[in-house]
Amino acid sequence: MGLPTGSGDLSSEMEVDAFRRLFPLQFYEKHLSQSIRPDGRPLGKARDTTLALGAVASANGSALAKIGSTTMLAAVKMEVMTPSAESPDEGCIAIDFHMPPICSPIVRPGRPAEAAPVLSKQLSDTISSSGMIDLKELSLVHGKAAWMAYLDIYCLDADGALFDAALLSAVAAFSHLQIPVVSLNDDGKIVVLSEEDEEQPVNKEKRKLRLNTIPFSLTCILYKNYILADPTSEEESIMETSITVVLDSSSRLVSFYKPGGSVLAYSSAVQDCVALMRQRVRELQEILDEAVSGMEVD
Amino acid sequence: MMEMDREDGRTPNQLRPLACSRNVLHRAHGSASWSQGDTKVLAAVYGPKAGTKKNENPERACFDIVWKPKTGQIGKLEKEYEMILKRTLQSICILTINPNTTTSVIIQVVNDDGALLVCAINAACAALVDAGIPLKHLAVAICCCLAEGGYVILDPTKLEEQKMRGFVYLVFPNSVYSVLPKESLFVKGEPMEHGLITSVTNGVMSVEEYLKCLERGQAASAKLSDFLRRNLQLQLPNDLSKSG
Repeated sequence: MGLPTGSGDLSSEMEVDAFRRLFPLQFYEKHLSQSIRPDGRPLGKARDTTLALGAVASANGSALAKIGSTTMLAAVKMEVMTPSAESPDEGCIAIDFHMPPICSPIVRPGRPAEAAPVLSKQLSDTISSSGMIDLKELSLVHGKAAWMAYLDIYCLDADGALFDAALLSAVAAFSHLQIPVVSLNDDGKIVVLSEEDEEQPVNKEKRKLRLNTIPFSLTCILYKNYILADPTSEEESIMETSITVVLDSSSRLVSFYKPGGSVLAYSSAVQDCVALMRQRVRELQEILDEAVSGMEVD
Repeated sequence: MMEMDREDGRTPNQLRPLACSRNVLHRAHGSASWSQGDTKVLAAVYGPKAGTKKNENPERACFDIVWKPKTGQIGKLEKEYEMILKRTLQSICILTINPNTTTSVIIQVVNDDGALLVCAINAACAALVDAGIPLKHLAVAICCCLAEGGYVILDPTKLEEQKMRGFVYLVFPNSVYSVLPKESLFVKGEPMEHGLITSVTNGVMSVEEYLKCLERGQAASAKLSDFLRRNLQLQLPNDLSKSG
């Protein structure tokens, strides 16, 4: 088959598209040998990341995160519940990840995505083991009342690196979270205080949740000797070996996840992925701080 | 560094007694039971069967994993284990030999006393060998646990897993016996069996501690490789061909 040239009239453009569909690996190899990817990014660079806090006005905390085209909407709603007997002064967080059919052509109403429960569990494990939120902060009255935070993350557009975007939106939603003011009414029940009520509030004012070290993640793809950071869904489907590294802001490893894959990871690859991640932590921390301070100015 | 006393008296690098038996189920095309101490897992392989599922690539063989817990309903944990097992087994099998076929692997947890996923991966690999599915190499799985002082213990029990700061499940390819000189088989200056197929971590640790776990895992996988090789070779001459 004659090799198509990149420039030229419409007929040679069509050939490039056909080459991309028919021989995806060779198409990518031509780019990787020049240390670049089809969308023009160098191998170690992630896509443009944006964060918008307060996307869902009715939720106590929410955020919309976009990494390239991958879009995740996270929202936190708080509810008062009785804490369990084993931990009477701790609240609870329930995390759920949904992939509605809007996000990708492979998800249909009767055919839920296989990735959804797996990502959901990974997110809850990461957030709980990173110790970002001290559950004792969610306590109201020892042994009687505590907060239950329901975090729901909806994938609106699945274009690769789903875990990264989901974790970023979850962290941003918790940064934006404002715990509502509550008071004890006459029946001894906790009710959410609205502006007009005169009763004595149990907690003084709407306060923000104090976050300890924040976890950030980066997914990399291994292909032969190359390491590609932040893959798109096309790259993920062609080159299946991926590594997800989660580091927190004090550079501790929260998770190193490599689920199989035909390319074996030697210690050089492990070190390179961690180095790429350290750089990404700085970028993501800046983006998060900018978004949070932007909200406070309002 | 203080030597830690483990409850069953093992040293930090000592694995629990391993037992592997193949061909335990007569109807399955391949089956194996693997136990490490009290953790026991039964794996059964049916396949290759004709046809692939809807979204899978028909030019390759496809895997369908079912994980059955000992008690309780199937939830997110089981789905995650199924996905990790599927991707690990896909990477050790030669998928192009039987295209457009589905191989089912069913994992039944008989008892869970720590390092469950590791046991399941080892059992599934032995069951695949028993069924005669073409493999590139075997998958050797090991669990490392990180204790408070920063030192690593291997093959924890369930109590140890819950008490410790974190644990790591690692899967390596098995070691290679070759007539070629060792150095010619090295990739990037390391022997092939030090490459990582799968890694799942739980709990926070520093990057250095993770690398230490990797080293310990690589050393232990050599011992496990030898055990697997002896075990799988012994039963070969007595194997009657499985009639259809």
